[in-house]
Amino acid sequence: MSRMNGSLSLEGLVKRFGGTQVVHGVSFDVADGEFVVFVGPSGCGKSTLLRMICGLETVSEGEVRIGGERVNDLPAARRGLALVFQSYALYPHMTVYQNMAFGLENLGMPKAEIAQRVGEAARMLRLDEYLQRKPTALSGGQRQRVAIGRAIVREPRIFLFDEPLSNLDAELRVGMRTELADLHRRLGTTMIYVTHDQVEAMTMADKIVVLRAGRVEQVGPPLELYNHPCNRFVAGFIGSPQMNFLEGRVAAGDGPGLAVEIPGFGVLRTNAAAHGLAPGGAVSIGIRPEHVRAGHEGDNDLTGAVAGVEQLGGLSYVRLADPNITIQIPGQTRLAAGEATPVHFPIDALHVFDADGMTVPAIS
Amino acid sequence: MLSTAARWFGRLYALVMNLPERPMRWAQGHLPDGRLGWLFVGPNLAIFGVFTFLPIVIDFYYAGTGGTNLLPTERPWVGTENFSSLLACKDYFDPNSCVRDQFWYAIWNTSKFVVLQVALMLVFSLTTALVLNRKIIGRGFFRAAFFYPVLLSPVVVALIWKWVLQRDGVLNAALVGGGMQPVEWLLGARSAFGWTVFVSIWAHMGFYTLILLAGLQAIPADIYEAASMDAAPPWRVFRRITLPLLMPSVLVVFVLGLIRAVQIFDEVYVLTGGGPGSATTYLVEFIYNTGFSSQVRQYGLAAAASLLLAGVLLVLTLVQLRGMRGTKGDSRG
Amino acid sequence: MASLGRLLTATRGRGKLDWTDWASYLYLGLGTLLMLGPVLWLALSSLKSPSGLIEFPPTLLPQEQVRAAVPNYPNPLPLYRITKGDHAGQTLAEVRKIGLQATMVDPAAPETLIRVPIDDRSKIMRLHAAWDNYTDLLKKFDFGRYLWNSVFITTVATIITLLLNSMAAFALSKYKFAGREPVFLMMLATLMIPPTIILVPNYLIAAVLGLTDNPWGVIWPAVATPTGVFLLRQYMLTLPDDLLEAARMDNASEWRIYWRIVLPLSKPALAVLAIFSVMWRWNEFLWPMVVLGRNETFTLPLALNSFQGELTTQWNYLLAMTVVTLVPVTVIFALLQRHITQGIASAGVK
Repeated sequence: MSRMNGSLSLEGLVKRFGGTQVVHGVSFDVADGEFVVFVGPSGCGKSTLLRMICGLETVSEGEVRIGGERVNDLPAARRGLALVFQSYALYPHMTVYQNMAFGLENLGMPKAEIAQRVGEAARMLRLDEYLQRKPTALSGGQRQRVAIGRAIVREPRIFLFDEPLSNLDAELRVGMRTELADLHRRLGTTMIYVTHDQVEAMTMADKIVVLRAGRVEQVGPPLELYNHPCNRFVAGFIGSPQMNFLEGRVAAGDGPGLAVEIPGFGVLRTNAAAHGLAPGGAVSIGIRPEHVRAGHEGDNDLTGAVAGVEQLGGLSYVRLADPNITIQIPGQTRLAAGEATPVHFPIDALHVFDADGMTVPAIS
Repeated sequence: MLSTAARWFGRLYALVMNLPERPMRWAQGHLPDGRLGWLFVGPNLAIFGVFTFLPIVIDFYYAGTGGTNLLPTERPWVGTENFSSLLACKDYFDPNSCVRDQFWYAIWNTSKFVVLQVALMLVFSLTTALVLNRKIIGRGFFRAAFFYPVLLSPVVVALIWKWVLQRDGVLNAALVGGGMQPVEWLLGARSAFGWTVFVSIWAHMGFYTLILLAGLQAIPADIYEAASMDAAPPWRVFRRITLPLLMPSVLVVFVLGLIRAVQIFDEVYVLTGGGPGSATTYLVEFIYNTGFSSQVRQYGLAAAASLLLAGVLLVLTLVQLRGMRGTKGDSRG
Repeated sequence: MASLGRLLTATRGRGKLDWTDWASYLYLGLGTLLMLGPVLWLALSSLKSPSGLIEFPPTLLPQEQVRAAVPNYPNPLPLYRITKGDHAGQTLAEVRKIGLQATMVDPAAPETLIRVPIDDRSKIMRLHAAWDNYTDLLKKFDFGRYLWNSVFITTVATIITLLLNSMAAFALSKYKFAGREPVFLMMLATLMIPPTIILVPNYLIAAVLGLTDNPWGVIWPAVATPTGVFLLRQYMLTLPDDLLEAARMDNASEWRIYWRIVLPLSKPALAVLAIFSVMWRWNEFLWPMVVLGRNETFTLPLALNSFQGELTTQWNYLLAMTVVTLVPVTVIFALLQRHITQGIASAGVK
């Protein structure tokens, strides 16, 4: 089967509802066959963006191109996309078969071909037994698969998913994540996936688009975002538990990297380029819980009081009160609340953000 | 059998509903955004316009014209003459002193009827609702029994009671069996009036009972439980909890009943024909008689009377809206 | 019996019925008798023969006098039981009645004529339903036509009502367009305009459109019910917009969304409206009376009314006709009681 070009590019996309602007000039490209996740806190405009792409919402300014062709004025059905809704939006009065066939019927497709396509999709999604059931007689996971099946049978250029797993319980969610990833591998079709859950974004995406308040914060592969967040927001949003932040000031350092004074804890050395930062200026330090090491190593060392311990068995999280950080310890720990514990911040694990929250680049 | 019928119905439905598909698709493609809504509202709105809005406008024109011709173009303009003749009275309490004595009989009869009917109906429907709200065996049956007459055609209602009340009817048989004299119920002015009140209550109280019952059942049970924890005596519970919380529903029933009572016609027309004399001639019957049933069809006079009636109803509706606004969301889900 | 007693006394959960329970049941019992009694009485009466109807005091059940074939007499003779005198206890047949004396015979010995004072005998009755009251309706009157008129108007008006009201409700609940709010408010306002006050101009419009003496003259003014639009709109507001958007993504036209998605999902509200519409049209009286002038266009209520207004009312036929008119409504109510009462309680309309 020959697929149509499923690349997508957005250029200066703006959305206004009445007087309020909710999307502020979003631009990025999605290559054919990529799995892209839009992630951001609720209200960041990711769903609006998705709805503009599929044509359920008009574009106030800018351009949406699919397969290189401008589709701003094309009605939703003619863009060759398929959307899986957060609520699944299965037609409750139709059987599973009818749900999947409805879109094809509307295209005037011959009955035999409809039956063949629906059958194929049902097999792929293990829905064969349920074709004659109504959606209300299905479990959450099965409904989810019907919603996906309804998208598959149309052989779209791009699949769009609007928080499709948020109605499932935790266990099912993990399973469906793998299924979706499998599906993407098998079909090779472009998929755009909206979620507020960064774990979903990290595990499934080829490329993540982090959105905040209607603006793109950063676009890139998951590990790039994890390792090199371009600002404090992305650094805090990607990764779980959240990155620790300590407020400080630029100190007069002797090494090549920027030295940051954390009031009350002394000076930390970093790899960040000092270029352009005046001594005494406000900066912040970020370090992920998994990068903090227990014990002192003679440099970049702090001592904190344990405020609480979460034992997960395979690893433990220790919350310190002063400084206010969380550290991750492999295995189990005997630390108890109230104890003082020494920690070490490895120099290459430190992120530095300037007063505006932008990442201060490392020395090249 | 049933599934075959359903399948055939489904096919027929699809066949018929598919007919507008092409024109509607065309319209969808060619109409600017947002105009399609008008296409869906259009047919309903057009019929509305022709049979509801237009008539209201014409009503005013009719009220200002005289003669007996139906065509507005053939009717002479008489200004406010219809209204002034309707309202010309030496003594408003004595219909005989009025130019249009029938109109004033109708007004006074209607007033008496409305006061009596609404008051009694409120009492009976409230009592019935309260009784039905108790833990009663066979509540569904009793509720249905009280509601059943609501669904009957007013003509049927009138005939049922005409049959019961006729000279050789079952009511007189009971009187005679009890050693009393039979009565011509519908030939005496007072008793005929009484029976129109009774029959209209009989026919409509089930509806109001239902509304009140819904209001009662909307009162959360835990309020009663809290009251019983406080050891409140039943009468106090009724006075301080049930009645205040039911007030919105009572108000709805009161105003709705009022609006409908003012418009009483069908049952009475068949039961008594407005008689004896004009003892049970009410407003709508006056309008009907003036405009349609007499040899000389005085459309202008009927329209003028309609507008006076509309004025009364408008006031009652405004009262209802005021009352409902104050209690919105209390009684209706 | 013991369990029934326990059931009865369990009403208030306190082990025994107190006086308020007794009063409640008494009230409901009398009320039910008052509500249903007259209807039952009418139904029973409709099965009585003309002679049974003028009986006073009336009998509860339809009866007729027993007749027996007696040799030498061409027609069957009515039978009496003799209560007093020489023949007390015997069953005799009446040959003729002159004044206060009746000439009677013993059916076993038809040769001897016996004279009996009419006060000394009582009729022998048996249950008998005069079904010909019903069958004659079709033979002697244009009843079939009235029935057809009513059925036609009710069915067609209900179908059109459902279609037009649901289309309007769909647009009013699911589209945003300039003028939506005014249209909705206007329709709501007409809920308050009673049809009685626009009787005269409506008659003019019907006359101009050639709808007088025509079933369509009853149908068209009735189909755009504001109640129906309101009811359906409220229901459709509860349908998730996601479904409509899914259908749009599925390439369905707006019209298709309306009849393939929204209408099937609005079935409960449509059912309530259908029931209402059937009741309204079937029972409607004043407007049909105004617009339908010719006898052959009459609906059942009109036919009933004109029939009862005749100088010599044939009550046996009138009663049968009344019963036929109330049967459909009764059947619908019996089947859909819960729907109807809940629909009315929630919508507050009739």
